[in-house]
Amino acid sequence: MAYSFPEEVLEHVFSFLSSDRDRNAVSLVCKSWYDIERWCRRRVFVGNCYAVSPEIVIRRFPELRAVEMKGKPHFADFNLVPEGWGACAYPWIAAMAEAYPFLEEIRLKRMVVTDESLELISKSYKNFKVLVLTSCEGFTTDGLASIAANCRHLRELDLRESEVEDLSGHWLSHFPDSCTSLVSLNMSCLGSEVSFSALERLVARSPNLRTLRLNRAVPLERLANLIRRAPQLVELACKQLKALSGFWDVVPSYLPAMYSVCSGITSLNLSYAAIPSSDLVKLISQCQNLQRLWVLDYIEDSGLEALAASCKDLQELRVFPSDPFGAEPNVSLTEQGLVSVSEGCPKLESVLYFCRQMSNAALIAIAKNRPNFIRFRLCIIDPQAPDYLTLEPLDAGFGAIVENCKELRRLSMTGLLTDRVFKYIGSHAKKLEMLSIAFAGDSDLGLHHVLSGCDSLRKLEIRDCPFGDKALLANAAKLETMRSLWMSSCSVSFGACKLLAQKMPRLNVEVIDERGPPDSRPEDCSVERVYVYRTVASRRRLDMPDFVWTLDEDSSLRYS
Amino acid sequence: MADAIMITKKLGFDETELRLGLPGAGDKKRGFDETVDLKLNLDVPSDHTDFQGNNVNKTDSPKPPAKAQVVGWPPVRSYRKNVMAVQKRSEAEESGGGVLVKVSMDGAPYLRKVDLKMYKTYQELSDALGRMFSSFTTGKCETQGMLDFMNEGKLMDLLNSSDYVPTYEDKDGDWMLVGDVPWEMFVGSCKRLRVMKGAETKGLAPRAMEKCKGRM
Repeated sequence: MAYSFPEEVLEHVFSFLSSDRDRNAVSLVCKSWYDIERWCRRRVFVGNCYAVSPEIVIRRFPELRAVEMKGKPHFADFNLVPEGWGACAYPWIAAMAEAYPFLEEIRLKRMVVTDESLELISKSYKNFKVLVLTSCEGFTTDGLASIAANCRHLRELDLRESEVEDLSGHWLSHFPDSCTSLVSLNMSCLGSEVSFSALERLVARSPNLRTLRLNRAVPLERLANLIRRAPQLVELACKQLKALSGFWDVVPSYLPAMYSVCSGITSLNLSYAAIPSSDLVKLISQCQNLQRLWVLDYIEDSGLEALAASCKDLQELRVFPSDPFGAEPNVSLTEQGLVSVSEGCPKLESVLYFCRQMSNAALIAIAKNRPNFIRFRLCIIDPQAPDYLTLEPLDAGFGAIVENCKELRRLSMTGLLTDRVFKYIGSHAKKLEMLSIAFAGDSDLGLHHVLSGCDSLRKLEIRDCPFGDKALLANAAKLETMRSLWMSSCSVSFGACKLLAQKMPRLNVEVIDERGPPDSRPEDCSVERVYVYRTVASRRRLDMPDFVWTLDEDSSLRYS
Repeated sequence: MADAIMITKKLGFDETELRLGLPGAGDKKRGFDETVDLKLNLDVPSDHTDFQGNNVNKTDSPKPPAKAQVVGWPPVRSYRKNVMAVQKRSEAEESGGGVLVKVSMDGAPYLRKVDLKMYKTYQELSDALGRMFSSFTTGKCETQGMLDFMNEGKLMDLLNSSDYVPTYEDKDGDWMLVGDVPWEMFVGSCKRLRVMKGAETKGLAPRAMEKCKGRM
C-alpha cells in the first residue's frame, strides 16, 4: 500500500517553505515530492547565470513568479573583467517571456540588460510588479519609458548603481495617471533632470511609497513638499545633499516635517554626498532608529563617535573613501572610528570600511567588541600596509576577527598578510561563505588552508597573490561545492587549468586572457585570469568573446 | 582595457615580495615582456576642490608624486568613481561663479544669502544688507549705524552702543570685523556674514579701538 498524503495537502505544506534550501531538501526526498515541489515553487535565485540554462530552469519550474539572477563575478566592479565578457540578460528574458506569462518580479545583478529586454519585459507580463537592476548596464532611459508606460501594476523600480544611458528625463512622465501602486523608486543613478512636477504628482498618487531615492540637488522647498506628501517614507537618499545641508540654520517650518521623517528613517545613503562631519552628525543624531548608514569618510572619527552614541540600532555601516587616489589622507578618519562604532552599536553586524591605517590592536578590540559580525570588509587604501604601530603583518588582527566572530559569512581583507592569516581562516571561519583576498599570502599553502578548511565557502575571489597550481589541483573537488572561484594576476598556469578541467567535468574553467590564445605560450605560463564555476549547463557558453577560452571534455581548446 | 598590472613593492620587506612564477620555480618572476607596459593612471583633476567648493590649487602645497596606480585598486566601483568625479567638477564650476555666503542677523528668524560678487565696494554691500534686514530693525539709528561702519569714529559709537555691526567668518574660522581689508581680499576670504548686536562686538577690533583712542 502506498502511503501518501494527497498532493494538495503536500503542496499546501510546501507553500510555507520560503527558503531555497528547505525547498531543495524537500525535493530530494522522493520523486513525487520532487514533482509536487517543482510545480509550486514560485521563486528562484540563480547565483551564476551560467551555472544553468534558461531551458533547464523552465523545464523544472514551470510556474515561477519571481526570478533573481546574478551575472558577472564581483571583481567586475573593479574593472578586472574585460568588457564584453558576457552576462547578457536577453536570452533569459526572451525564454521567460514565453514560459512565464504570470511572472511578477525580476531582479538582476551585474548583468547586461538592453532596451529590447526592458521592452520585452514590459509587454510580456500582465501582472509585472518588481524590477530591480543592480549594477547593470546596457540600457537607456528609453527602456525605462517602456517599463513606466506598460507595467500598470508596478510596485518597485530600483536601478541602484546601474549605468544607464540617459537620453532624457521624460521617461518618468510615462507613468500613467492610473499608476498608484509604487512602493519604491530608486533613480539615483540617472543624470538628467526629471520633470519635478511629474515626480511630485507621482509621489502624491503613491500612498504606499516607502522608499525614494532621487538623483539631483533638489531645491529645499520642493524637497520639503515632497517629504510632506510622503510621510510614510522610511528610506531617503539624495545624491547631492547640498539642499539639506543648509537645513539646520533654518528656523522651522521645514524642520518639524524633517524631524518626523528622520525618526522613521531606518536606512540612509549619503555615500555620494559631500557633507562636512558637523552637518552629518546633526542629521544622523535625529535618526535614532537608523539601522543602515552608507556615508563618505567626511564623517571622520568624530562623526562616527557621535553615530555610536546616538544610533543604537545600527546594523550596517559602510564608509566610502572621498579621495581614494590621493596620496595623503584628506580627512581625519582612522581605525579609531571603526573601534568606536564597534563599541557603541551592539547590533552592528555588517561593515564595509575604507581607511588608510589599521593596527592589530584595533582589529582585536573590534573583534572582542562585536563577536556578532556577519560581514566584515576592510579596505586599507595602501593594499600591503602593515600594522602602522608595530609594522607587523595584520595576521593577528584578522585572526582575531575570524576567531571571535563565529557567524562570519563574508570577509574582505587588505594589508600586509602572510600565510598565517589563512591558517587562522581555515581553522576558524567555518561559516564563511565569501572571501576576498588581494595582495596577500606567501605561497600555495595560504590557498590550501582556505580551500581545505572553510567548510561553508561558496565564493572565493583572489587577485595578485602568489597562489598557484598545487593548491588548486589538490583541492579540485572542493571547487564543485562552491559557486565560483576567481583568480587574477596569480600564478596559475595554463597547464593546471587544462588539468583541472579534465579532472572536473562539471566545472567550467574559463581562462580569460587578453594576450591571445593560451596555447601559443608555454603551458607553465601563468594565465592572466581564471574563473572557475560549477555548471549543469553546457560547458561552452555560446556568447564567449574572443579573449575567453574554455576547455571541452576532451581537453581540446575551445574558443569562439 | 585592463592594460596595466604593476605590483608596487612596499617598504622593502623581502618576505612580501611577490613572486609570480610557479611555486618551486625559484626566483622566476612573471616575465615583464609578457605583461603590458605600465600605464600611469593618474586620476587627478587639474583643479582640485574640497567639498566646500574652495579651490585648493595643486601648486599651493607640494604633494608627494602620485604612485603608479594598480588596476582596480582601491576597490571602488567605477560607478562611484564617475559620480564623485562629476560632482567635483560641478562643484568647481559652481565655485567659479558667484560667491554666495549666508547672512545672519541677530534677532532675525531666518537667514539670507548674498552673492558677494554682485558688489564692488563695502558701501554697496552695506546698502544691500540694510535693505535686506530693514524690516527687522526698529528706528533710524540702527540702520544708520550699519551704513556708517566704515567710519572709524562712528565705529566707536557703534561698538559701545547696542547698534548692529557686521562681522564675517574668514577662511581660518575666525570672526572678523567687516571693513578692515581691501574689498577683493574680503570677497576671497569671507565664508559667512553675521550682523551682530553692537554690545557683543567688544574685542572684535582692538586695533580700530586703539586708533580711535589715539585720535580722541
